[in-house]
Amino acid sequence: MTEIHRKLVLGLLVNFTLDMVTPAYPREYLYQRIVQSKLFIDDNYARKITIDEISGEAFFSKFHFIRLFKQTYQKTPHQYLAFVRIEKAMQLMRTGITVAEVCSAVGFDTLSAFGNLFKRTVGITPSAYLKQQRLQIIQLKEAPLNFVPGCIVYQYGLGEK
Amino acid sequence: MCVYVLNQESAADFYTNKLGFNVKIDVPMGPDTRWLTVTPPEQSDLEITLFPLIAGKMFTEEKIKMLKELVSSGTFGPCVFSCNDIYATYEELKGKGVEFIKPPTKEFFALEALFKDDSGNFFSLQQRT
Repeated sequence: MTEIHRKLVLGLLVNFTLDMVTPAYPREYLYQRIVQSKLFIDDNYARKITIDEISGEAFFSKFHFIRLFKQTYQKTPHQYLAFVRIEKAMQLMRTGITVAEVCSAVGFDTLSAFGNLFKRTVGITPSAYLKQQRLQIIQLKEAPLNFVPGCIVYQYGLGEK
Repeated sequence: MCVYVLNQESAADFYTNKLGFNVKIDVPMGPDTRWLTVTPPEQSDLEITLFPLIAGKMFTEEKIKMLKELVSSGTFGPCVFSCNDIYATYEELKGKGVEFIKPPTKEFFALEALFKDDSGNFFSLQQRT
């Protein structure tokens, strides 16, 4: 058997063994580790966090961890953290608080870093988004039934004076 | 899309804190009732109305009673949610206390799991293979 043949057979054996041990619930441990890292980001997005903290005590390399995370969530841990921060920023702005308050509440050091990422993700600047949200807050307060479909307003007799 | 719920307060908690959805609209609609819609985080154009079962012009008291029985006994499966990785989503939701009536299972059409909301509605969670 040549060296190449030997390596091929060995490779097939390794793959075969992996398939044998994980038939019904593949790589349960890995999933738990990846899900824990995702939840760690969900809980700690508001402060500065490092990739070491995110990957925790995983028994595999950082490179491997990032690859598995991306395979699972279609985003690297860094991209997912940015996604969560922008999502939370949008939620906070729906309450009408200022851009500066939102920026520090979602873990950004500078307004420019926050503003750039927000605009790249959402398509408009944080202040333009806040303006839209503040307008909606007023509309929700003054004419809440405008946000309910007309048929429901009618069925429940809500529009009747 | 509309999902009948038994209690809007607890449904809002389930859909936001357990499923991770965001509240889109929440306005009062008469006493003890709200027009309450939520959206999945990565699909904000899909608005799901958490519709309260209360009697009015639309439903009589008798129909409301029947609907509540049907909802709580797990009759309605309003929709299919798709995800990128069903095992990871299953682990996360199970960890948050979501009740699964079927764990991820390989079906001929996809990998599928079924979970229930706090009212009794069931949803299919799928990952295309």
